[in-house]
Amino acid sequence: MSVSETVKKIIAEQAMLEPEDVTDESTLEDLGLDSLGLVECIFGIEEAFDIEVPFNANEPEKSDFDISSVASIVKAVESLAAAQS
Amino acid sequence: MKRVVITGAGTINALGHNVPDTLESMREGRCGIGPLEFPNVDRLQIKIGAQVRGYDEAAAFNRQQIALYDRFTQFTLIAAREAIAQAGLTFGGELAARAGVVLGTAAGGMNTWEDNYRAVYEEGKNRVHPFVVPRLMNNAAASHVSMEYNLKGPSFTVSTACASSNHAMGQAFEMIRAGGALAMVTGGSEAMLTFGGIKAWEGLRVMSRDACRPFSGNRNGMVQGEGAGVFVFEEMEHAKARGADILAEVTGFAMTSDAADIVMPSQQGAGRAIAGALKDAGMAPEEIGYINAHGTGTAANDKTECAAVAGAFGAHADQLMISSTKSMHGHCIGGTGAVELLACIMALREGVIAPTIGYEEPDPECALDVVPNVAREARVTGALSNAFAFGGLNAVLALRAV
Repeated sequence: MSVSETVKKIIAEQAMLEPEDVTDESTLEDLGLDSLGLVECIFGIEEAFDIEVPFNANEPEKSDFDISSVASIVKAVESLAAAQS
Repeated sequence: MKRVVITGAGTINALGHNVPDTLESMREGRCGIGPLEFPNVDRLQIKIGAQVRGYDEAAAFNRQQIALYDRFTQFTLIAAREAIAQAGLTFGGELAARAGVVLGTAAGGMNTWEDNYRAVYEEGKNRVHPFVVPRLMNNAAASHVSMEYNLKGPSFTVSTACASSNHAMGQAFEMIRAGGALAMVTGGSEAMLTFGGIKAWEGLRVMSRDACRPFSGNRNGMVQGEGAGVFVFEEMEHAKARGADILAEVTGFAMTSDAADIVMPSQQGAGRAIAGALKDAGMAPEEIGYINAHGTGTAANDKTECAAVAGAFGAHADQLMISSTKSMHGHCIGGTGAVELLACIMALREGVIAPTIGYEEPDPECALDVVPNVAREARVTGALSNAFAFGGLNAVLALRAV
């Protein structure tokens, strides 16, 4: 499974959707994820890829982990996985 | 209905091991937050907290006591000793029967849970000390206070996360007001600065890695503290008859539930608790000169709290002062409301308003007078203390100068 497929599967599970309903362009808001859903997704991603995601819910915009869309999350996970491997 | 006054106060927290030292630190705007020191801190992402430093349990308690007292119980007993000594009460006969203990804690004997889980899971031991259960139970602190001071009336422990102390003090207040008790020892304690305690909080991603900056535009989360605050609440005529020094009057209390979200605060729930406390106290909004804020330093709490205060007070919101002393002593979780009540007493009794330190830039969503960085002298006759817990449980106390 590619990084993109794994991330979409994790997000879909939290959003209670099918993975194919999660597109690159989707935002977490589009998918109906609230703040707790977001931190659960990040936890799922950390576990799946064995990485540490630097994310503080108080200042999401200042984090290197860009959550503005599914595509940006996938990109962030790819670079974290490369940097922390 | 009876009137209720405070005749004794005690504490131990990162700002001081007693009330005078703590108030001096608040006046000076000292920060009790620093690098955490305990085993495995290197495996944490959050490495700061407001720990009680220079604390030697062996100097305060004997070996048999230490075997029975978790750190949260030790903090409670140290604070209770100071409060009851100041009140000058000795509990016997009728007074003992009509005096009790209501304390708040969120996690109770966390250190005891942690040490013994390590022993059985990590070290593979098959035996634990016989006192593990009486050490870790959430009511251990309240029970030891009752035993130490012969308090034979109603005693119990309240656990409502970050509002535990305020809920506890509210119960003590209502019990005396209704005539059910003459005096109550009340407040709360927390000692969850442990590897497991911080690891659990870390997961929620609401903790700051560098500082607690309530209401500041660049705030980035809460910082945990530890400690206890304990007070003697007493029926006013009883206190006056014996010539007690009265620190302040407790005039009102209100509690509400958001009934909405397990972690996100609600302006409406907080606002109803604030307005409810004023109504219960029979105080006009204009009487309140100071509010000790819940002020956790998270993005969500501080803007919601400011909106709730603005909504409840209307135009007077711009006339009152509101500060978060968590910037100095950290968030003492179940003990925090009790430690923070000291700032209200200082405002009412000494005319000194404790500052919100770490304040670096304004936030238009927190546009109240947050007493940034430096304490202020001001005459205040009425004060509120806010506590808004995870789970949407809100508890606000109202006080008046005597």
